[in-house]
Amino acid sequence: MKDIFVVSDNIFSPLGATTAENFSQLKAGVSAVRRHDRPAMADEPFYASLFDPAADADEPFVSAPFASKPLAADGLYTKFERLLLTSISDALKTGDVDPGDPRTILIISTTKGNISLLEAAPGTPANPALNRRMALHTSARLIADHFHFANPPIVVSNACISGILALLTAMRLIDAGSYDTAVVAGADVISKFVLSGFGSFQAISPGPCRPFDRSRDGINLGEGAGTIILSSCEKYRGGIRFRGGAVSNDANHISGPSRTGQELCQAINKSLAEARLTVGEIGFISAHGTATLYNDEMEAKAITLAGLESVPVNSLKAYYGHTLGAAGLIESIVTLQSMREHLVLPSLGFGDNGVSMPLNICSSLLHTSLDNCLKTASGFGGCNAAVVMSQ
Amino acid sequence: MDHITASCIIADHVVYTNGKAVFESPSAGIQDFLLSVYQQTGVQYPKFYKMDNGSKLGWLACEWLLREGFRPADYRPEEVAIVLSNANASLDTDYKYYATVKEIPSPAVFVYTLPNIMMGEISIRHHFKGENAFFIFESFNAAFLAQYVHGLIESGSARACICGWVDVLGEEYKAALFLVEKTAGATDPPAGATPLSAENINNLFQITTRHE
Repeated sequence: MKDIFVVSDNIFSPLGATTAENFSQLKAGVSAVRRHDRPAMADEPFYASLFDPAADADEPFVSAPFASKPLAADGLYTKFERLLLTSISDALKTGDVDPGDPRTILIISTTKGNISLLEAAPGTPANPALNRRMALHTSARLIADHFHFANPPIVVSNACISGILALLTAMRLIDAGSYDTAVVAGADVISKFVLSGFGSFQAISPGPCRPFDRSRDGINLGEGAGTIILSSCEKYRGGIRFRGGAVSNDANHISGPSRTGQELCQAINKSLAEARLTVGEIGFISAHGTATLYNDEMEAKAITLAGLESVPVNSLKAYYGHTLGAAGLIESIVTLQSMREHLVLPSLGFGDNGVSMPLNICSSLLHTSLDNCLKTASGFGGCNAAVVMSQ
Repeated sequence: MDHITASCIIADHVVYTNGKAVFESPSAGIQDFLLSVYQQTGVQYPKFYKMDNGSKLGWLACEWLLREGFRPADYRPEEVAIVLSNANASLDTDYKYYATVKEIPSPAVFVYTLPNIMMGEISIRHHFKGENAFFIFESFNAAFLAQYVHGLIESGSARACICGWVDVLGEEYKAALFLVEKTAGATDPPAGATPLSAENINNLFQITTRHE
């Protein structure tokens, strides 16, 4: 694979509006997950990482006659789109990337995009204007137009691996010579739709989540956005490189992970092979670690099968909740910042080992130089993804 | 060299494989039509009944596609990739799920509110464990698909790929799946195969309009 460098990055979350702001909060052990009592979203109070409700409103669209609204007008972006716009704007401040360059592509990652608009107008799919407004390609086009991207955008929507798959898509398009630079941005918003859905699976923890812990009992949801700009241009040499990655499918169950972890292990092995690295060269793993019983158990098996069980691991879900289509990006960016600051963050919420194959879960700030790191994710539909970063 | 070695289009109540109409059912609605296509396959697969319309359509198109000469024994599970796309993600099922929220939110419907679930269903059915990717485009993007799939095969990430378009919203639907395989010698492609290109994919995709 070509050398592909990180040009810049941004995390826009309830913890902060830049990568630096987010990382300083994480270093101080601050979590964005807290108890919310929002009857419009759920009958009972719940734990999640949410933006301030004042910044939440989708009113211009919810109450509008959709067909008559000029889509691209400023101020009429949905919350989902505003998260992306804010995150991409900040990432574009560094690095001299020109969206109007025909060698630059925008790739958007999300699972549910504008789904909250559907909550205001439930019923049948008989409202073509609403359907068009909600469509992920509509949001992507609005964002591409805002920044004057020369190329039409690409949208990745592949459950909880969307963020990593979007990065991998960028790497592959750059490696193939189709583009030199990719702006990869992911976001998701938490609303009643998503909250009720995970609730229906009994998958939401009644308190702050505890990845890999013995008493873990489910996820917290979170909202946010992340952007990473990748480029093969020589002027960015010296930045952290994305060196390899792979996706696999369990071929086992659409809502439960593999029983063996063999398929995530396969994605990890292929990623390392593409990066031309051996297991001994990996210094840190940013796991998916959702804090459900089955996900964490599967990941522990996969990491052990890959021979990486002694490598420091953490999960960021107890800081950010599960940010769905943004998770792969936000968590990769935290990994980048860990590499820059030679610092592995503790896996918040972890006390006692709760998986059958014990991992080296970080329980306190670890000062160590990190040359090569692995980021993994898994999701509904039996999908797994891994990506390798090096400096 | 990579070739399109089979295709299946399902649209307007007709199933086409490799450019020929092989089944037609003048059923009234999408639900009945999908059931009649399923019955025509002759396969007993109880999981089919619990799928949403998007997964049913993708699953059925794949079922017909793979009958056109695909030899599973030629591939290890991790060598077969699936790359799909559509315009409406899972919106058809999003509406159906949200209608359950007022009473009791249904996990059985919620799980289908992600477009990539159909790739999970296809993977389970055929035991494919390779690369997966689901992309959203306003309309069918043959150029991107050809480029991405070519890249997967060229880089060694896959040796075969099921790729295409599966879109459902209400009574509107279209599936177009293509089997792309790495062929040994460029001089000797399998009979009926066409080189992987945006133009060739688009020609196959447009079959329904040519018949009108």
